Amino acid sequence: MHEFSIMQSALHQVLSEATKTGAARIHQIRLRVGVLSGVVPDSLQFAFDTLKTGTAAEGAVLTIEEVPARFWCAACQREFVSPDFFAECPDCHKPSGELRGGRELELSSMEVDHV
Amino acid sequence: MCEDCGCGLSVGVPVSVSAHSHDHVHDHDHPHPHEHAAEHQTIELRHAILEKNDRLAERNRGFFQARGMFVINVLSSPGSGKTTLVAETIRRLGSRLKTAVIVGDLATDNDARRLRETGAPVVQINTGTVCHLEAGMIARALKQLDTTGLELLIIENVGNLVCPASYDLGEHLRVVLHSVTEGEDKPLKYPPMFHSAGAVIISKLDLDRACDFNREAALANIRRIAPNAAIFELSAKTGAGMAPWCDYLTHQAKSSREL
Repeated sequence: MHEFSIMQSALHQVLSEATKTGAARIHQIRLRVGVLSGVVPDSLQFAFDTLKTGTAAEGAVLTIEEVPARFWCAACQREFVSPDFFAECPDCHKPSGELRGGRELELSSMEVDHV
Repeated sequence: MCEDCGCGLSVGVPVSVSAHSHDHVHDHDHPHPHEHAAEHQTIELRHAILEKNDRLAERNRGFFQARGMFVINVLSSPGSGKTTLVAETIRRLGSRLKTAVIVGDLATDNDARRLRETGAPVVQINTGTVCHLEAGMIARALKQLDTTGLELLIIENVGNLVCPASYDLGEHLRVVLHSVTEGEDKPLKYPPMFHSAGAVIISKLDLDRACDFNREAALANIRRIAPNAAIFELSAKTGAGMAPWCDYLTHQAKSSREL
């Protein structure tokens, strides 16, 4: 259940950015979470709902974009998006050892107002 | 930025202003006209959420590199035989590599006591309720270790196949254990962990018959998730398969120093 500490860290970054920019309220927080990041979006959502109480993000919506696993197939010289997290190339069916995306755990943006 | 109502966008890294449907109380006067339906501001952040851990992990890595230490992070579910493997590895390496251990558990120093019997220096980290080790915990534990001449540092992580996968500790190699008592599909059930492995060890091989362990299925599942990982099959208890694993570690440690 490391999602709580991860969400806490994300919320901390958001709140300090809000203070820095003089934002009064945070309306939306967007995260990008890779399927191979080891983090469960539902658990992040649950943690967020608990942690946001009493902060400038109390009324905010958390939007999580799930990032699929992307691999590079050296044999076919192409990148492919995996429908799950298996590294098998859809063309040559060989496993790829080169992950190009899917481990992201990123705070992408926030929507605020200054009123 | 408009000083009166704060509608401007001179702060942060604004990328767009979207209209929204609710009304604002806005009864002040100021000299220029503008649309009042646009107060929401999007601020692009693009921060890695675990940036602090990643930064500390890089710092650890630099420290390890400067000291010529090869560092492995040993991970598995609880009870897969990490401590037994680490202890037996140290015994078999003998004088080949000067080794120390940092071991993480939620509570107790039972593992540290077992590992100290090997003669290697051991630092126990008790994480309390935290389910994984973080780079900062390793940096603090290193202060309790005499790293002079140390060639191999084994970090035995908290028994957990989920959370530790997200935390880089600055290690050179991740070693994930998969005991025969856990069945064959652990890699499919915990893909982030197995995908991050540089080496996968099938442990407790002495129990394979008792568990009806299907070796071919397990190997296929590991290769499906971690095609680049080196795979070892061993029993730390009987010693079967320990020699190739120890040779591999010695070779990796040597290659890392020559970089």
